[in-house]
Amino acid sequence: MGKHVLLVEDELNIIEAIRFLLSREGWDVDTHSNGTDAAEVIRDRKPDLVVLDVMLPGKSGFDILEELRGDAQTADLPVLMLTARGQSRDREMAEKAGVSRFMTKPFSNTEVLTAVRDLLYVHGQRT
Amino acid sequence: MASLNVLVAVSLAYVFLLFCVAFAAERAGVQGRAGWLLRSPLVYTLSLSIYCTAWTFYGAVGYAARSGLEYVTIYLGPSLVIVGWWWILRRLVRIGRSYKVTSIADLISSRYGKSNGLAIVVTVMAVIGVTPYIALQLQSVTASLSIFIAAQHGSLAESGDAHAAGLWISVGLALFTVLFGTRNLNVNERQHGVVIAVAVEAVVKLIALLAVGVFVVWGIAGGVSETLARIDASSLGTWQMNGSRWAALTFVSAAAFLCLPRMFQVMIVENDDERYLQIASWAFPLYLMLMSLFVVPIAVIGLDLLPAGSNPDFFVLSLPLSQGQEGLAMLSFLGGFSSATSMVIVATLALSTMVSNHVVMPIFLYLRQGGATQSGDVRNVVILSRRLSVLAIIGFGYIYYRASGGSGALAAIGLISFAGVAQFLPAMLGGIFWRGATRAGAFVGLGVGFSVWVFTMLLPSFGPGAALSVDTFANGLFGLGWLRPQALFGIPGLDPTVHAIFWSLLLNGVSFVLVSLMTFPQPLERLQGAQFVNVFDHSGQTRGWQASVAESEDLMIMAQRILGAREAQRLFQAEAQRQGRGDYLPEPTADFLQRLERELASSVGGATAHAMISQIVGGSAVSVQDLLAVADESAQMLEYSSQLEAKSRELSQTAAKLRHANAKLMQLSDQKDAFLSQISHELRTPMTSIRAFSEILRDTDGLGPLEKTKYANIIHVEAIRLTRLLDDLLDLSVLENGQVTLNQQSGSLVDVLDQAVATAEASEARSIAIKRRRLEETVTLHTDLDRLSQVFINLITNAQKYCGSDTPELQIVVQRAGDSILVDFIDNGSGIPVASREVMFEKFSRIGAEDAAGAGLGLAICREIMTRLGGNVNYLDGTGGTAFRVTVPGRQALAAQ
Repeated sequence: MGKHVLLVEDELNIIEAIRFLLSREGWDVDTHSNGTDAAEVIRDRKPDLVVLDVMLPGKSGFDILEELRGDAQTADLPVLMLTARGQSRDREMAEKAGVSRFMTKPFSNTEVLTAVRDLLYVHGQRT
Repeated sequence: MASLNVLVAVSLAYVFLLFCVAFAAERAGVQGRAGWLLRSPLVYTLSLSIYCTAWTFYGAVGYAARSGLEYVTIYLGPSLVIVGWWWILRRLVRIGRSYKVTSIADLISSRYGKSNGLAIVVTVMAVIGVTPYIALQLQSVTASLSIFIAAQHGSLAESGDAHAAGLWISVGLALFTVLFGTRNLNVNERQHGVVIAVAVEAVVKLIALLAVGVFVVWGIAGGVSETLARIDASSLGTWQMNGSRWAALTFVSAAAFLCLPRMFQVMIVENDDERYLQIASWAFPLYLMLMSLFVVPIAVIGLDLLPAGSNPDFFVLSLPLSQGQEGLAMLSFLGGFSSATSMVIVATLALSTMVSNHVVMPIFLYLRQGGATQSGDVRNVVILSRRLSVLAIIGFGYIYYRASGGSGALAAIGLISFAGVAQFLPAMLGGIFWRGATRAGAFVGLGVGFSVWVFTMLLPSFGPGAALSVDTFANGLFGLGWLRPQALFGIPGLDPTVHAIFWSLLLNGVSFVLVSLMTFPQPLERLQGAQFVNVFDHSGQTRGWQASVAESEDLMIMAQRILGAREAQRLFQAEAQRQGRGDYLPEPTADFLQRLERELASSVGGATAHAMISQIVGGSAVSVQDLLAVADESAQMLEYSSQLEAKSRELSQTAAKLRHANAKLMQLSDQKDAFLSQISHELRTPMTSIRAFSEILRDTDGLGPLEKTKYANIIHVEAIRLTRLLDDLLDLSVLENGQVTLNQQSGSLVDVLDQAVATAEASEARSIAIKRRRLEETVTLHTDLDRLSQVFINLITNAQKYCGSDTPELQIVVQRAGDSILVDFIDNGSGIPVASREVMFEKFSRIGAEDAAGAGLGLAICREIMTRLGGNVNYLDGTGGTAFRVTVPGRQALAAQ
């Protein structure tokens, strides 16, 4: 398939796990661990999908998402958001910021894969 | 039979005598002689007798002949006031003297914030109300003259002669008033000439009436018992009393006694001493009683003896004449003449002061925009305007007399006048007893009362078809039935006089009170109101004028022009002496300015004086001190407001407490949320790895053994991290709740450090070179050694993890500070940014992102432990690397704990 995903996450073991899962599905997995310049990196690398953690060093995932949605280039970019805080308010904030899909850690591997597939499919349909 | 010429000669001689008396008194007053007479309660009481005018002298008998004993009400009202309500008089006199009030218009205007508009209204009302009364006096004199002429010629004199007589009498009165009434500019200085002349006339009229009475009772009727018999026989003897008329007439004459400008003049303005009132309170009613003593006998005998159709108003004159007692008749004529002239003189004096002070002077000052300092000698202008006012008022009276053609019974005109001036009563009494009374209320009350009076009493008095059409009488104004002049609001059946008095005063009073309640007084009004109402407490209250020394000269110039150079210099010099400034001008202190304003007020009235001073001094009329004084004056108000203040302070304190508590709760709630969120994050993160890799191991086929081992290892590490996190959390929770039990034991610091270093080195963290000086560490501690060791381990592992140096090195330095032992852990790392130095001791705070395994609880736990142990752990600045200092308390500190 050769699809390009950018994983923004600061926890090494989680990066490892997701990279393993998505690579096996044929994704080209790229990672980034800092929040401060995440939006910039996303614009540069032009992934087809972003998996975004909420609690990142330097900048929160919500702020990054808002920044992405405010930019025409990335406004429609599918974003799967992961959070370990698991409070309902976080989901509301994420939806308000324009998230494509929101998942709470710990996740089930199949759920992540399904979500990624769905997002790409819907996005493909739209574009 | 004495000829008319004799009468004229006697009258002229009498007038000449009066001039002489007045002149002598004036001289005596100036030279300060005969003070015992000029300033005596006797003269004061006699001057009050100008209440008894020609209306009373002649008219009372006529009144009695027509309406029986009802005439008594005219004497009853004033007697009740001076006997029973002397406290009102005393208050008025005190206010009048304290504030140098010049007239009733001045009093009312001063009370309502020195409003000249109000003064003008009162002045105009007074002129309208009193002019007919002056005309009445002229009429009575000319009428009495014509009765003499009739007796001589057997027929009534031609009206032309009477008019000529009226004119000459007017001229004479004007001359007298101008000569003796306007000598002094300062109205508060007694017009000795006038007062003495009035007193002499009071004696003459009393003697004349008594003489006629004695003659009638003993000369004609033949004794007391015969007289009583005749009275019984006549219709007058039957006691007919109309309750409402009696009440209304008594009330209105009482009100008029207080409100008539001439009564105000003699009673308040010319009063020298409040104690005179005590003597007047019995002497004046006595005088009135003597005046009324023979009224009924004269009326009864007159009705008996004189031909039907004779005017009963002049029985006092015609009865002696009919009996050939010409000398007595002449005395009686002089009595009536005295009554009329004294009234006209004083009334004109009072009115001219009002007109000049409140109408002419303000206009003059307004036209001379430059103000009092630049215009010419204002003093002459004031005197001139007062003299012109005198002439104008007597002129009005004469014109009214000519225009009305001498119509109507004397008593009717008198009552109309009484009811007119009685309209001042609500505003005046309200002003001196009720602080809530406002200028707007006074305006509306006066306006309403006066309008009703004009409509129901003054205009109807000219008769149907004259001023008001017959149709208006029958169907009301504009055809509105409820606006009939003698049956307002469609309530007929009231006696017209009672009707007019009742409605005018009721509507006046009600609108005055209502409007006062609805409006809010201006600051100056409040101040004046408070001072007038509380005049007995605050006669000496200062009013805050403020002026600079530079204005002294302007003030001096102005004062000279109003008071006269000598008087003004005397005033300023006295003040300069008092201030100890020698020959220089005095400083314009608030005190002095106030005194000056009062002096000026006595010449030109309160409102004008106030305006003149404020022209020079400028600035606000009411200072903060004034307002404070107003507040001070009412202890009740103050108390009330302080209660309110206390309450509001209490409320705002409570509100602040609640706000504080609320903020604290919000903060706690936020902290709790943040804490839960953090814990959730810290627990879920390792769990995510564990779950993901365990699923990978379970679900993925064909994983190599290397991968399997790696993933299992991750799961293992994360599980340990999770466990450690839970341990830390529990540890922290126990420490924070103070549930920890300290295991106190004695031991050496060396051993504790050895153990800690060994434990740290055994961990998986990077190794670090540790430098110690064991000799210094040989200190015996008594504390929970395990907990202390935990802190040391934490600090050492932190150094292992975070020291950024390529050759990491940790120095452990021990030293004593008093009872405490300081253990410093200094590495050669890059140090901690200032902003993070305190934050890092908080839970879940991590400086960098590199340490994935730490939950950020280590330092928080260290600090909690050290707090429990009675010591502390802090960041140590200025070492070049990252350094922490642990302060372990010595024995004593521990023992004390």
